[in-house]
Amino acid sequence: MNIEEYRHVYVIVEQREGILHPVSLQLLGKGREIADTTASKLIAVLVGENVSGLTKELIYHGADIVYVGESALLKHYLTENYLQAIYPVLRDHKPNIVLVGATSIGRDLAPRLAAKLNTGLTADCTRLSVTPEGSLYMTRPAFGGNLMATIICPDHRPQMSTVRPGVMHVMPRDEKRQGVVVNIPLSFDQSRLKVSVIDVKKEKVNKTKIEDAKVLVSAGRGIPKEKLESLETLAQELKGSVSASRAVVDAGLLDASRQVGQTGKTVRPDVYFALGISGAIQHVAGMEESKLIIAVNKDKTAPIFGVADLGFVGDATKLVPAIIDEIRRQKGQ
Amino acid sequence: MNILVCVKQVPNTAEIKIDPIKGTMIRVGVPSIMNPDDKAGLEAALRLKDELGGTITVLSMGPNQAEEVLNEAYAMGADRLILLSDFKFAGSDTWATAHALAAAAKKLSFDLIITGRQAIDGDTAQVGPEMAEFLDLPQITYVRSLHFKDGHFIVERKVEDATYTLKAEGPLLVTVLAEGYTPRYMNVARLFAAYRQSKVELWTAANTDVDPLTIGLKSSPTKVYESFGKPIKPAGHVYEVDEKEAAKLIVDKLKENYLF
Repeated sequence: MNIEEYRHVYVIVEQREGILHPVSLQLLGKGREIADTTASKLIAVLVGENVSGLTKELIYHGADIVYVGESALLKHYLTENYLQAIYPVLRDHKPNIVLVGATSIGRDLAPRLAAKLNTGLTADCTRLSVTPEGSLYMTRPAFGGNLMATIICPDHRPQMSTVRPGVMHVMPRDEKRQGVVVNIPLSFDQSRLKVSVIDVKKEKVNKTKIEDAKVLVSAGRGIPKEKLESLETLAQELKGSVSASRAVVDAGLLDASRQVGQTGKTVRPDVYFALGISGAIQHVAGMEESKLIIAVNKDKTAPIFGVADLGFVGDATKLVPAIIDEIRRQKGQ
Repeated sequence: MNILVCVKQVPNTAEIKIDPIKGTMIRVGVPSIMNPDDKAGLEAALRLKDELGGTITVLSMGPNQAEEVLNEAYAMGADRLILLSDFKFAGSDTWATAHALAAAAKKLSFDLIITGRQAIDGDTAQVGPEMAEFLDLPQITYVRSLHFKDGHFIVERKVEDATYTLKAEGPLLVTVLAEGYTPRYMNVARLFAAYRQSKVELWTAANTDVDPLTIGLKSSPTKVYESFGKPIKPAGHVYEVDEKEAAKLIVDKLKENYLF
């Protein structure tokens, strides 16, 4: 393998039913930075059914070139269908770096692509850095978030990574940015398409996604069911959302889409209230990047106080109404 | 139905502690367990066997100690146990591990391969799909339920915002979620039998046709450059004050951050 032949940064864009997944723009933000450091181009690969309308957004968010491929066979994500559309692009263009979102789609697709390309893949990265010569350092949590590991792929190309949603920054949208759109001709070997969709049931998405909220009021084991409503009120006062630790979700009090942590979502709101949350490492892994962390817990030795900017030893169920009163009082002034 | 289930022995990451001074992991005394998603995969296989008959072969790669999880699999109802163990496999990344497991699978007959979604030590979720690629099999990941009807697999794939019901032709590889399959208890008589006389077949690389250039640390495309405990950020202030004062402090801080 002649590593010098492998150039440029490729982002595999994820969309579902024609709507861009937020991680795609985050990958473009990071990809732009990597492309600039390595004096190379940022290339987006977009495939799906009726997706060509999205190409402009990709350019406004950092892409220099967008390869777009459309087919009715790409209406829903199916591994083999998407592989047949995307793999030839990577095989023929020899990328130096390929970034994929660490979603259920990216984590299904990327290992197959890496195996076909006979290269390595680093899963669920939370930090990426690159040398001007183009060597990628991929950092990820391991052992349930107990340890961080930086992985390299020195002798194989492309260097591939899936990137955790909610971690990388989106570039400001710039409608003046120019880019090139190239259609990719698709041809499918239908004899290999052994999986088909019978039915799709959308989960009802309640309110805003917690990944997008500026303020999160998060409930832990210390918040009984009947007190959740006051957390909802506090969230409303601050135009935020309610989220939760795994214990609360496992108890069936809130939907799994509200769960923060290693097995839930990674969030980085402006303010994160950790209420009655002890701060197990698996939870902290999902929220420690928040700008301001306010923790309330009865146990003054709770590990959550180790990451909190502002900690209060006490009963969160009593403190929340007091905060709501104080906000209303100050708003009233 | 002949099913191949791949399981991994992992340290119970919920019990790992970090040395606060050195920032390294304390592994001593941490119990090893069958990876939870893999155990759910075995349960999925057992339910298919209960319904349709057939045999279940459980394959694990790891050191000799990994026999423990195979004995557990036997006690739950597996028929055949294979431990793939060879120093040549040591240090394999996901790509090399998938090559080793795929080479072993090629020596076995199966209609279906089941693995867990991911292992709790590495959390990569990559070995299943990479193995499917090396065996040229269709794959379905994030599986919550799995049935076989009229010659097809009917599979529920649960993703972030939806559940897909898929129809697939076998042979195929699926990776299952723990949420769909609460594992059954071990049968004590079978557990005793497994420990009285080992049922585990020990395979080395030589039992397979694996290409030596695809296994082990040296052949692995990815390398660990460094590992470290998380950087510790300076602790904030912890107050022990009454609710009224706490509320005032919090709201002032929110104001300082222009939240209203």
